[in-house]
Amino acid sequence: MSDMEETGGHAGPAAPYRVIGTPPPSPRLLGPTVVDEDGEVGEVAEAEGSAPVDHVLGLPPDDPRMIAHGKRAEKVVAACFTLAFIAGCGFIAAYIGLGVHTVDKTLRSNLALGTSLAVTLLALGLGMLIWVRHLMPDVEVVEERHELRSEAVDREAFKETFVRGAEYSQVVKRPLVRRTLLLGTLPLVAAPVVLLRDMGPLPGTYLRHTVWSPGRRLLVYGTNTPITPAEFSAPGSMITIVPEGYSDDPEALIKAGVILIKFRPGELDVPTRTQGSTLIGTMNWTVDNIVAYSKICTHIGCPVALYEQTTHHILCPCHQSTFDAATGATVIFGPAARPLPQLPLTTDAQGYLVAKSDFTQPVGPSFWERG
Amino acid sequence: MSWFNARRRRPVAGYAALLLGLVVVGLVYGAFTRTGGIAQASSPAPSQSDINTGKDLFDANCSSCHGLDAQGTTQAPSLIGAGAAAVDFQMSTGRMPAKEVGAENERKPVTFSAQQIYEIADYVASLGGGPAIPDAQQVSTVGANTALGEELFSTNCAQCHGFAGAGGALTYGKDAPPLTQSTPTQIYEAMLTGPEAMPVFANGSISPSAKRDIIAYIVDTRVEPNPGGFSLGRTGPVTEGLVVFLGGMGFLVIIALWITAKRRDPSTTRTE
Repeated sequence: MSDMEETGGHAGPAAPYRVIGTPPPSPRLLGPTVVDEDGEVGEVAEAEGSAPVDHVLGLPPDDPRMIAHGKRAEKVVAACFTLAFIAGCGFIAAYIGLGVHTVDKTLRSNLALGTSLAVTLLALGLGMLIWVRHLMPDVEVVEERHELRSEAVDREAFKETFVRGAEYSQVVKRPLVRRTLLLGTLPLVAAPVVLLRDMGPLPGTYLRHTVWSPGRRLLVYGTNTPITPAEFSAPGSMITIVPEGYSDDPEALIKAGVILIKFRPGELDVPTRTQGSTLIGTMNWTVDNIVAYSKICTHIGCPVALYEQTTHHILCPCHQSTFDAATGATVIFGPAARPLPQLPLTTDAQGYLVAKSDFTQPVGPSFWERG
Repeated sequence: MSWFNARRRRPVAGYAALLLGLVVVGLVYGAFTRTGGIAQASSPAPSQSDINTGKDLFDANCSSCHGLDAQGTTQAPSLIGAGAAAVDFQMSTGRMPAKEVGAENERKPVTFSAQQIYEIADYVASLGGGPAIPDAQQVSTVGANTALGEELFSTNCAQCHGFAGAGGALTYGKDAPPLTQSTPTQIYEAMLTGPEAMPVFANGSISPSAKRDIIAYIVDTRVEPNPGGFSLGRTGPVTEGLVVFLGGMGFLVIIALWITAKRRDPSTTRTE
């Protein structure tokens, strides 16, 4: 193919600017396009006083080299199309012949179907490209846009037809029919507006609460076992926690997910924070250097659990918001606007970790009425 | 030979030679850097002579950073209470002895025998206890609940190591390593001790049987077939996006350039 490309053609007759990386336009016009006065595109006419010259090699079409070049290109194009035919037959054969009832068979079937279809389409496209580039004349053709306005006669005729139609239908003459027709379509027009109701009702306080409540035990997600501070005593530990009693309620669990982190003595320092008059973070909500944060990123709600015990960073994998777990999940990087909400912790009579109350602020991303 | 001589001056010949060279270098490098299998013998009960040998090995290889009594220095942490499991994980994955002092050490070929690692582990354990090396029974995946393992893995491990254990990025240039080469013992030890930035998943929060379930899931995902075709390293949408963007889009751009490129004009080239 490369030997065909090395021998160039000419630039189009009208080439006012160059595309970057392409050779300069030719001063030579080899077959200018003629546009007739009535807007029709004319045939490519011969240049004055010279024989028609080919586009590919810059040679007359009856030159032996031109004929050889055309034959070679023709063969390549035909080969591409034949390959497309064979691969297309292969696609049908693969569809009929290869079953998909096990994973391994599906794997083989997908591979065969994808490969054969890709080869078919690529061979067709390649053949057409070579056809265009090496067999068709390389001239730029200008086609003028026709007038958008209809002919005066057509416009008159349409007007007549319309007026006659209105007269025959008696829509002007019989206002009762006309008005009841409009009345009949009115509900259909109103229907889409009524369907907007389904976007409601408003969430109310739903976004402000989770199912955590005073005394509700913390369960290790997966094994659903309660946990004591003694069992969670290895410094640097982290685990995902869900509230007890909601293992069948995924919607409740999604909002209530918590990460529990254990620190070495002296490493954890949660500052006391308030929002208005509400306490939203304090060291008093930790037990034995164990702290619990909401697992939902305050940016747009991805689960955050990339915890690094060496740096105490909690990283959100979606947009790289980084929270410092040791200082109350303060945002130290990224688009999150607020620290992760802290869940108040205490222990119950049996020594298990329980919630002291629900989160005192809405978990997860911002919403319109959040304030 | 004449076929070769006819083609060796073509522009494509240079690229072919480069490609061939890269392939040869890769093969030779691969042949020389193959690491042997990691020893899987379970650790024998420690004796005083093991501890003494371990102390000698420690003094020779580890004490320059960790201190002569493993008390830690400004360069490396104290190992008192780190436990045998931490020593076995760090040394059997080749992370220790470290190439350089830094936040992260990569897996590299192991330079100590399993016996030597056990001796050093026994010495470190004798200084202040800590988690022990799990035995073969503890890391066996026979009868493990892979489904529960998947649930625990995707909740607690997948955010860093990827849903199929292919690894992933952490903050400030650190990364979570792929789990493709980790042995069940190493996975167990990593959960128990929390090496580097990894949090600890002690037996109180992830029970020994849940640890076996997680190991079973990691081991099982390695042999899962890929019904969609190429796995692309199973690192998820990032790889697929990169391949489509660089490979696919780049290919389309080149094709578009080729389709629209104007051919050289013989009349201008002749006059030059």
